[in-house]
Amino acid sequence: MTVPGPWYLVLAAVLFSVGATGLLVRRNILVMYMCIELMLNSVNLTFVTFARMLNDLGGQDSVFFVLVVAAAEVVVGLGIIVAIYRRRSGATADDVSSLKG
Amino acid sequence: MNAAYAIVALPLLGFVINLVLGRRLGEPAAGWVGTAAAGGSFIASLVVWVTMLGKPAGERVTDLNIFTWFPVAGLHANAGLQMDPLSITMALFVTGVSTAIHMYSIGYMHRDPGFDRFFVYLNLFLFSMVVLVLADNFLFSFLGWEGVGFCSYGLVGFWFQREVAAVAAKKAFVTNRVGDVGFLLAMFLMFAHFSSLNYSAVLGTVVKGHATGLLTGTPGAIDGTTATAITLLLFLGAIGKSAQIPLYIWLPDAMEGPTPISALIHAATMVTAGVYLMARVAPMLHYAHATSWVVACTGAGTAFLAATIACSQDDIKKALAYSTVSQLGYMFLAIGAGDYVDGIFHMLTHAFFKALLFLAAGAVIHAMANRQDMKQMGGLAKYLPLTALTFAVGWLAISGIPPLAGFWSKDAILSSAWGMNKVLWAIALVTAGLTAYYMSRQFALVFTGQARWKEARPAEVHEASGPGLPAVAHEEAQPRDPTWTMAVPLVVLAIAAVLGGGINFPAWHFNFLSHFLSPIFPAATGATVSTGTKWALSVVTTAVALTGLGLGLTTWRTAAHPKLEPNFLRKAWYFDDIVSATVSGPLTAMANALAFVMDTKVVDGVVNGVATSLGLSGRVLRKLQNGYIRSYALGIGVGLVVVLVYLTFRTGS
Repeated sequence: MTVPGPWYLVLAAVLFSVGATGLLVRRNILVMYMCIELMLNSVNLTFVTFARMLNDLGGQDSVFFVLVVAAAEVVVGLGIIVAIYRRRSGATADDVSSLKG
Repeated sequence: MNAAYAIVALPLLGFVINLVLGRRLGEPAAGWVGTAAAGGSFIASLVVWVTMLGKPAGERVTDLNIFTWFPVAGLHANAGLQMDPLSITMALFVTGVSTAIHMYSIGYMHRDPGFDRFFVYLNLFLFSMVVLVLADNFLFSFLGWEGVGFCSYGLVGFWFQREVAAVAAKKAFVTNRVGDVGFLLAMFLMFAHFSSLNYSAVLGTVVKGHATGLLTGTPGAIDGTTATAITLLLFLGAIGKSAQIPLYIWLPDAMEGPTPISALIHAATMVTAGVYLMARVAPMLHYAHATSWVVACTGAGTAFLAATIACSQDDIKKALAYSTVSQLGYMFLAIGAGDYVDGIFHMLTHAFFKALLFLAAGAVIHAMANRQDMKQMGGLAKYLPLTALTFAVGWLAISGIPPLAGFWSKDAILSSAWGMNKVLWAIALVTAGLTAYYMSRQFALVFTGQARWKEARPAEVHEASGPGLPAVAHEEAQPRDPTWTMAVPLVVLAIAAVLGGGINFPAWHFNFLSHFLSPIFPAATGATVSTGTKWALSVVTTAVALTGLGLGLTTWRTAAHPKLEPNFLRKAWYFDDIVSATVSGPLTAMANALAFVMDTKVVDGVVNGVATSLGLSGRVLRKLQNGYIRSYALGIGVGLVVVLVYLTFRTGS
């Protein structure tokens, strides 16, 4: 028995919405970061689903690109987060706003 | 023909030497260098002239190309000299009079701190002037034209420490610019029509086109309208340079310069450049009858107007300046009447006697310790016998008393005017009477009658001379005749003023100047005046001149005749005020409007408005940059939704 393709798409949409909502409402930088990852991976899931449904490897290619970019982004982003936590403990994302106009 | 180069090169050499070494040479060596340069130039002119006389009349035009000045797309501007009877006549009298005045200046500028600078300018002026008259194309002539204008500026404002001199220099320069616009436009028009600015090409085309009846309709030919336009524009240039109505106003003010400058530049040479230019384009002027009329009427009008003003001037140099304007009017009258030879003839004789008058006036001013008011002179003949004698020669010559130089040329012009139009002749005749009158007035005021300067206090001395000149308290020092460097030129010019008329002596078919110049000019247009009429006209002219002479001499034995000097004449018909009111007034108002309304409100307003609006929008937009990541993310989300909605609806439709 196979799960039909649209279910995967629905799951991906739910995951994306969870990630987007989390990004908008949470203040903890780490959580926000995880939300971003969630959104990225929901997109990956969509890609893979379409690759299977359309029998086209291009979607899987894109997934690899997204994974690589996400990995690089995590390296940079976590570095920044660690640096922020070193300077001030328990800061939320809203505290890091010294560049506001 | 190598001497031709020397005419131009020597003044340039003198200029360079004086420019580099003048200060070291000092006084009087710098002056002698300048004089030698001018004298050498004169000798070179003589050599060229004699060589030219040795050739048949038809082969006297030589073109010497020195170098190509600049070749630009079809325009080959050459620095070239054209030797022909007209240019060499000009060169002869320019260098000749110039030599005399250079020498005179050595005495006149004695002990002036700017002695070397004076001769630098003077040599540069002479160079520019010979370039003007000898150039073989309009553009190179224009170089000289501007050169003399610049030197005029530098020399009128020679004593620039005095504000009035600096202002006069500026006025001369600016007024001349008005005329120069005409010259430039004329050159553009000529280039558009002839694709050349060479005298021989332009004027040759005109003459050839006319001879073959191809004046119109052929490429390269010229129609009457274009000829009129070009000559009118050139005449605008001539009006500026030669001080005719309405641009004459700079010349009387230019008397703020040292007297030798007034004699050389503002009487004998530079101001005649306009007449020369019109004579040069005579072949074209010949076919532009409208221009001829404009030239003749302007000339006659200016001659009359300036003569009336000269009748009530107190300043010895200003009176002579208005007289110069008036005599230049005569020359233009001759040119307009198609009598080009006599225009040049009068230019020659006028150069002699007017330079003489100015130099004599300079000697008087020196003797009177820089006093220029004729009402404070008088009785000077006893103290300055040589000056009085030479001034008297100039006075009789300009008044047109036979057999002095002025008589012959003025008489010839009057008969040409008669041939053209009787009204013009009448104006010229009245002017001749006025000329005799105001010159006699001047002679009487300065040299005869009471010695009024004895009572006058030194405080009233006109400070027209430089700061370096010794302010001799004249009560102690008797007025004396000038030193020999000043006296020699006076005598030489006096002789020229007596005999100068001889070069075109109208008897026994002598007419040297007419024969010499006639190949250059088209035949006279005016109706030929019979010999009998000429005799009658001469008698009338001489009678009028003698009447003016007698009136002037008898009236001005004493200095006070206020009725004969109405205010509107003293103020020169209020011409300066009219110009100020009609030209300067609105211009100043416009400049003020532009400076204080247009600039501050509009231009600055636009610039400041741009800055203010940018700052304002920045202040509003910075609110968006609030530093909260979630709001940025929301922005991204909203933007994404908007884009998606847009794409959906676009593809959907």
